[in-house]
Amino acid sequence: MLLTRKTEFSASHVCAQPGLSLEQNRAIYGAAANPSGHGHNYVLEVTLDGEPDPDTGMIFDLQQLKEIIQHAVIGPMDHRFLNYEVPPFDKVVPTTENVAAEIWKRLAPAFAGSSARLYNVRLFETEDLYVDYSGGNDAGRERP
Amino acid sequence: MTTLTRRYKFAASHRLDSSRYSPDQNRALYGKCNNPFGHGHDYTLEVSVRGPIDGISGQVVNLAALDGLVRRQVVDDFDHRYLNADVREFREVVPTSENILRVIEDRLRAQWLNAFPSGAPDLESIRLRETARNTFEWKAIEK
Repeated sequence: MLLTRKTEFSASHVCAQPGLSLEQNRAIYGAAANPSGHGHNYVLEVTLDGEPDPDTGMIFDLQQLKEIIQHAVIGPMDHRFLNYEVPPFDKVVPTTENVAAEIWKRLAPAFAGSSARLYNVRLFETEDLYVDYSGGNDAGRERP
Repeated sequence: MTTLTRRYKFAASHRLDSSRYSPDQNRALYGKCNNPFGHGHDYTLEVSVRGPIDGISGQVVNLAALDGLVRRQVVDDFDHRYLNADVREFREVVPTSENILRVIEDRLRAQWLNAFPSGAPDLESIRLRETARNTFEWKAIEK
C-alpha cells in the first residue's frame, strides 16, 4: 500500500555549468541559466510503500513522516538560494532532476529499519514540470 | 529511475462519428460527441520521459528540445483546430482520446531520435486529459 505526503518549499536557483558561457548555458537550461537566479514554489510528494500495522492501522506515523521531511528537506531548503546555501548544489547543477535525487538521498536513511520503505519522490518545479525519482544508481551518472 | 514529466495544453474541437456505423448507431455509441457540428475541449497533454541523469548537465532531457519536439509535432498542428478536418490522421480515424493518444505517440516517435542528437531518453508514458473527469494514458511496455 502506498502513502503520499505533500509538502511545499520555496527556493531560488540558477542552472548553469561553471565551464560554459552564458550562451551555452542558455542553450541547455533556457531562462533558468540567467546568472542572478530565480525562484519556484516547489511541491514535494513523498511516497512510502508498506503494509498497515495491525495495531495502529497505519503504514507509518504521519507526525513522524512530517518531522522527517521537515528536518531533511524543508528546514535546509525553504527560502534558500540552493546554489549558495544547500550543498551539494555549490558543485552540482540544481536541476529538478538533481534536487529530486538529493531529496531522496536525504530522506532514505530515515526509513532504514522501518516497516515502510521510501518508494518515490515527486518534485514539481512548476505545475507543468515534475520529476519522479525512486533511487537507483543513475543519479549523477553520465549518459552512456 | 528518473522520470521527467512536462505538461502542455492545446484547445481543439472534434466530432466522434465512424463511417462504419449508421447515423443512429453513431448517435447511440457516441452520444453528444456525435453532434454534427462538433465541440471542443481544453486538452492537457503530459509527456513523461525516462533516463539517467546526465552527470554534467544534471538533466534527463534537454527541456528546450522536448518542448520543441512536442510543439512542432503536436501542439502547432492541433491547437485551435478542428481535428477531424485539420489534422490528416483524423480524416480516416475517429478522434477519440484513445486515438489521439496513439497519433501523438506516432508523431513523437517519428522525430524522437532527431530531436535529441546528444542522446534520447525513453518515451515512458503520455497522458491526455480531455476534461477534468476523463484522462487517458498510454504507457510504453517495460523493457
